[in-house]
Amino acid sequence: MNEILEKRVLSEGVKDIIVSSPVIARKRKAGQFIILRVHERGERIPLTIVGSDPEAGTLRLIFQEVGKSTMQLGELEVGDSILDIAGPLGKPTHIENFGRVLCVGGGIGVAPVLPIAAAMKEAGNEVISIIGARNKELLILEDDMKAVSDRLIVTTDDGSYGKHGFVTDAISMLVEEGLTFEQSVSIGPVIMMKFTSALAKKNNIPMMVSLNSIMVDGTGMCGGCRVSVDGKSEFVCVDGPEFDGWLVDFDQLMKRQAAYLEQERRSSEEYHRCKLDAQVENLEKQS
Amino acid sequence: MTENTNTPEMPKKEIKKKPKKPKIPRQPMPEQDPQVRAHNFKEVPFGYSIETAMLEASRCIMCKKPKCVDGCPVEINIPGFLKAIRDGEFDDAIKILKSDNALPAICGRVCPQEEQCEIKCVVGIKDEPVAIGRLERFIADWEREHREIAIPEIPEWTGRKVAIVGSGPAGLTVAGELAKLGHKVTIYEALHKPGGVLMYGIPEFRLPKAIVEAEVDYVKKLGVEVVYNAIIGKYLTIDELKDEMGFHAIFIGTGAGLPYFMNIPGEDLVGIYSANEYLTRANLMKAYDFPNYDTPIARSKNVAVIGGGNVAMDAARTALRLGAENVYLAYRRSQQEMPARNEEIHHAEQEGIQFNLLTNPIRFDGDDKGFVKSMTCIKMELGEPDASGRRRPVPMEGSEFELAVDTVVVSIGNGANPVLTEATPGLETNKWGNILADDDTCETSIKGVYAGGDIVIGAATVILAMGAGKRAARAMHEQMMSMELEEVMK
Ligand SMILES: Cc1cc2nc3c(=O)[nH]c(=O)nc-3n(C[C@H](O)[C@H](O)[C@H](O)COP(=O)(O)OP(=O)(O)OC[C@H]3O[C@@H](n4cnc5c(N)ncnc54)[C@H](O)[C@@H]3O)c2cc1C
Ligand code: SF4
Ligand code: FES
Repeated sequence: MNEILEKRVLSEGVKDIIVSSPVIARKRKAGQFIILRVHERGERIPLTIVGSDPEAGTLRLIFQEVGKSTMQLGELEVGDSILDIAGPLGKPTHIENFGRVLCVGGGIGVAPVLPIAAAMKEAGNEVISIIGARNKELLILEDDMKAVSDRLIVTTDDGSYGKHGFVTDAISMLVEEGLTFEQSVSIGPVIMMKFTSALAKKNNIPMMVSLNSIMVDGTGMCGGCRVSVDGKSEFVCVDGPEFDGWLVDFDQLMKRQAAYLEQERRSSEEYHRCKLDAQVENLEKQS
Repeated sequence: MTENTNTPEMPKKEIKKKPKKPKIPRQPMPEQDPQVRAHNFKEVPFGYSIETAMLEASRCIMCKKPKCVDGCPVEINIPGFLKAIRDGEFDDAIKILKSDNALPAICGRVCPQEEQCEIKCVVGIKDEPVAIGRLERFIADWEREHREIAIPEIPEWTGRKVAIVGSGPAGLTVAGELAKLGHKVTIYEALHKPGGVLMYGIPEFRLPKAIVEAEVDYVKKLGVEVVYNAIIGKYLTIDELKDEMGFHAIFIGTGAGLPYFMNIPGEDLVGIYSANEYLTRANLMKAYDFPNYDTPIARSKNVAVIGGGNVAMDAARTALRLGAENVYLAYRRSQQEMPARNEEIHHAEQEGIQFNLLTNPIRFDGDDKGFVKSMTCIKMELGEPDASGRRRPVPMEGSEFELAVDTVVVSIGNGANPVLTEATPGLETNKWGNILADDDTCETSIKGVYAGGDIVIGAATVILAMGAGKRAARAMHEQMMSMELEEVMK
């Protein structure tokens, strides 16, 4: 169970894996996620399901190595197994034929946008997508997104590829072209979702965002994932992960996401130190 | 009639003269010094020695109609096992105990004996009651430490398959009972570890996790299979278990896993936890051993815990062990109304938890990074009795005061988690989301689907969950056996 069958590096620190998980592969719908644990002392970390193959019984997961837990996940190789995978969690994206749909993904956020764009396309929508990254090297899934979009715009902050600028600039451009959208989805860093949602609201475009708050159980049992939407406290793991971007309190979400910054830094530092020590030891053994 | 044949020589006075046994006082249980234990996660009491246990057991007068048994939700033969302990027949004692209670090491630690069996004990009328709970704990520990735990012989497979949702005390009890009757049992558990609240909620210092694991191991040795990370309602549904996977009966024991918040300003600030989150991080994820374990938890100087139940005491005492200098417990009624067990309140006081009674938080304020920095409270006074019969706390105008805090744990109760019920059409619930189940059989509105424990009666106790598990197991067994294999659950 939970064996890693394929593994690719998409960009510096961003990995793309195919994992065996037959029941979840059969059950999951676009927008849902899993919670996994790499080893016995590990944390429970949520990851969006990027895609699945129900026949083969596999899930596709994409993650960025940002802390100790994701680094350890990144160290697993083909043939290794993930200790625990629980899911599918969260409510599926509401998919229907809206008409024209805008899909916006920033950074690693392109990964969770992909299954939604694919499902929107399959439901008969005209899908226009914008994907952005800081630079060319960090851009992921361009081909996958192209395959499910009627039109794809790429932006980079530094102009090293595609259109120079932010995803918001691309949204403004589309609006100026006179395009209207019956629905849109935006996933990426919280600050990006904050700005895209404000822009969408200004232009009267409905916008869904998928939130990645800190989680423990993922079943509504702890409330650690709560976020304020329209002044009401909601649990991201069971009420979401998707919410109306016009109504989310992004500033508060950013603060809550930073709750353990201090500890996370300490944890990664110690992990790095241990790895260095091990390497030194190895070198010493060899010499 | 024999009275009438009294002979004059009958030495009536002799009876009075019979040398009175010296009164043995209720034996205390040695425990870690409060100052020491407030800084470690080791279990607080050490348990009785063999000598003390035998002495304490000898205080029982072995009533013919034991009142204590009436007070026990699973009707343990209390004088029976106490007599065996008194006589040093420990193997018999554990056998008698286990025939009524499959999890004695757990119940001996967490049951509220002072309001169940011990409150009824006749010795308690003039003296302190027999320490039934401590003796239960003693004999269960004795068995675990001195005996290869005996696995009863399992009868041949009945051909029936049972699915159980949730591995808390309710689910574990049903699993154990039905496995012993020869049914094939599979437990589906949402988390990556078994035990429910016993594992993720009740802290190590009150219920060592090794004990919970040993009890679960026993159930597994009876042939029960446990599937982890299986959230029923998401991973598989009740309909699938029933119609596609061929389970002949299903038991739902999903507990009360939905934390209530107060809905007051500032409650979503960083550093404000539900008790479930705080305790899950500390217990299940072992955040107290960060960074050896990867899950972090706030380590703060000034912690406020809100509530007055066992859960609040557990959270407060955990905060202390995580290094807090001040732990305040804010409760809106008086100490008398606190739902927590006396023993827990006493332990918390001893360790230095500061009780702010008749105090209710009304607002939290944070710093510029969004971390909670203070809690504003209002003093309360007790007014007229409310629906629960307890006097209703009413705010005293103008009594607001502010307390500097950097962590807050909200521990005001749990409701029914809707993940399973929302995904199960036809399963009836009450307006709070608790599953409706028959008092006797625990059967729900869906034939062949049973439910018990906190998901039915709301957050309650381990022993009540186990009691429901036993009743459900009996009914499930009868139903499954009374039907031809093909028609079970049709
Ligand atoms: C901190 C704390 C301290 C307590 N102290 C005491 C005490 O001292 N004495 C006492 O008697 N009682 C105490 N209680 C109460 C007692 O623990 C509960 O009443 C008891 O555990 C209820 O048992 P249960 O089997 O109904 O549910 P739980 O123990 O809650 O177990 C339910 C299980 O079901 C799982 N589950 C939930 N949903 C799903 C799903 N959809 N699919 C699969 N699995 C699912 C959960 O993960 C959990 O493992 C305490 C409770 C808490 C929280
Ligand atoms: S009521 Fe007290 S004295 Fe009587 S049997 Fe029970 S424990 Fe013993
Ligand atoms: S992660 Fe615990 S309630 Fe959402």
